[in-house]
Amino acid sequence: MMRISSKQTKVFYKVLVWCFLISGTILFCLPLAWMISTSLKPLSQIWIFPPKWIPKPVLWGNYIAALKIFPFHLFFANTCIITLFSLIGLIISSSLCAYGFARLRFPGRDFLFMIVLSVLMLPFIVILIPRYILFRYLGWIDTFKPLIVPNYFGVGGYGVFSIFLLRQFFRQIPLDLSDSARIDGCSEFGIYARMIMPLSKPGLIAITIFAFLYNWNDFLEPLIYINTPEKFTVALGLTCFTDLYYTNWSYLMAGSVVAIVPVLIVFFYLQRYFIRGIVLTGLKT
Amino acid sequence: MIKRKRITFQRHRETILGYLFIAPVCLGLIIFILGPIIASLFLSFFEWDLFTPPHWVGFKNYVKIIFQDKLFWQSLKVTSFYVGGLVPLQMMIAFLLALFLNVKIKGLSFFRTTFYMPVIVPVFASAIIWLWILNPEFGLANALITKIGLPKLMWLESPRQVIPSLILMSLWRVGQPMIIFLAGLQGVPTQLYEVAEIDGATARSKFFNITVPLMTPLILFNGILGVIWSFQIFTTVYLITDGGPANASLTYILYTYRHAFEWLHIGYASALGWILFLIILGITVLIFKYFGRRVYYLERI
Repeated sequence: MMRISSKQTKVFYKVLVWCFLISGTILFCLPLAWMISTSLKPLSQIWIFPPKWIPKPVLWGNYIAALKIFPFHLFFANTCIITLFSLIGLIISSSLCAYGFARLRFPGRDFLFMIVLSVLMLPFIVILIPRYILFRYLGWIDTFKPLIVPNYFGVGGYGVFSIFLLRQFFRQIPLDLSDSARIDGCSEFGIYARMIMPLSKPGLIAITIFAFLYNWNDFLEPLIYINTPEKFTVALGLTCFTDLYYTNWSYLMAGSVVAIVPVLIVFFYLQRYFIRGIVLTGLKT
Repeated sequence: MIKRKRITFQRHRETILGYLFIAPVCLGLIIFILGPIIASLFLSFFEWDLFTPPHWVGFKNYVKIIFQDKLFWQSLKVTSFYVGGLVPLQMMIAFLLALFLNVKIKGLSFFRTTFYMPVIVPVFASAIIWLWILNPEFGLANALITKIGLPKLMWLESPRQVIPSLILMSLWRVGQPMIIFLAGLQGVPTQLYEVAEIDGATARSKFFNITVPLMTPLILFNGILGVIWSFQIFTTVYLITDGGPANASLTYILYTYRHAFEWLHIGYASALGWILFLIILGITVLIFKYFGRRVYYLERI
């Protein structure tokens, strides 16, 4: 008798949690659903209250119009160039550094690692002003270089996180493997390049996703370094037109959908690496 | 003897290699992080507009900021209000969601994905979406609250409601701390609960005596990063409120940005940046001091 009732309360709790999660999910999805709904509406349906959810008629043409206003192919290409070149640098520099911290012993290692980590705590604006002056002095303003070059030194957008994350991955590989490779006469760089890197593919994929998202989302840095509209990233491109089009919400929402879709595709497609990466960075601090 | 020599040789080799592997990042730290920090401290004692030669003014910038600049205090107030409102709420909701998502029920990965999804949406895009949702005349938010009988709100257009609106927008991104809590909950060894059950512990005492203490390191982690990052809110306010109405959403970074990149007060902005640096450092130390002692690590138990 006791048993059944405790089982019943368990089921009851589960249903309660389930209902709570369902309503939470609906609430969390509302903004995106509203964005999609607005993006398909004719203007006459935007300026009404209370608003209607289902666009009538469904205007797919809004997307074509939005793509004409926002030269997305250009912004998209710019963002991809920045992301690609940043990523190459980021992967090389952060994996080398993570290898040093994870698999070699040298004096001052842990202290240096703490210094690298403490960068996460710095307010970015303190660094940004002198960096701007430095890049201005080098004549790099209004080029992609200020956004790309720091990545080759592991201190770009997602650098420190990548070092941290890869270090966690590298540490999971048994040290005996390196030792036996050393006995076989393999150089340290050979161990890094031919053994550790291929074994850490999930980690490399995770930092690739994070770096992609970072470059896609970054707003403050492109805002400061890039001036000509032809060189704008997606973030700058979409937002610089907002003032002009605040009256036409369906175009703006269509533009937002186009800006978000690539990110969501990457997220859904590579979710498993993604979550693993976050878990590893979050837990071992 | 030979063996010892070999060991020291191996040690030396490893040391040199170690430094070589981390050299590029160390160089980067010096050029792009530590150098700029020191440079901005240096610049904060100057008056400079990038074009005419800079001239030394000593502590004038700092004195002016603290004793004369009303907007500095306004931005500090606004930002503190935002951080103080957001971080505790965010932590509670994230913790609650993580607890619910740790129950074995159907559709768990679906729920986890949907609660995390807003974090993926770029901030610039979510700013535009929320600006439309919070539109006082035609927005979805007012449609929902009038449906349950509440009066229409002005949201971002009212000086009093603008910060709560920003907090609401940021709460949409609660998935970030949530996923870290969730990972932590899944790492709690089940034996602990089993032992407690044998001792006849209730669900409540299990929660307060096992779950919460074991989650304290993550609460600390999420709390500190939450404070540091929310203190630096910029993109949203820059894009949709521009500090308004009546400077009610003039956040600290927005104010510093204006001095640095719109008015070219490089020295003044550097001083503002350093003050923020010290504030964040102070808060971090305080959090560690007051909550660090209450943190339990599994090894200690």
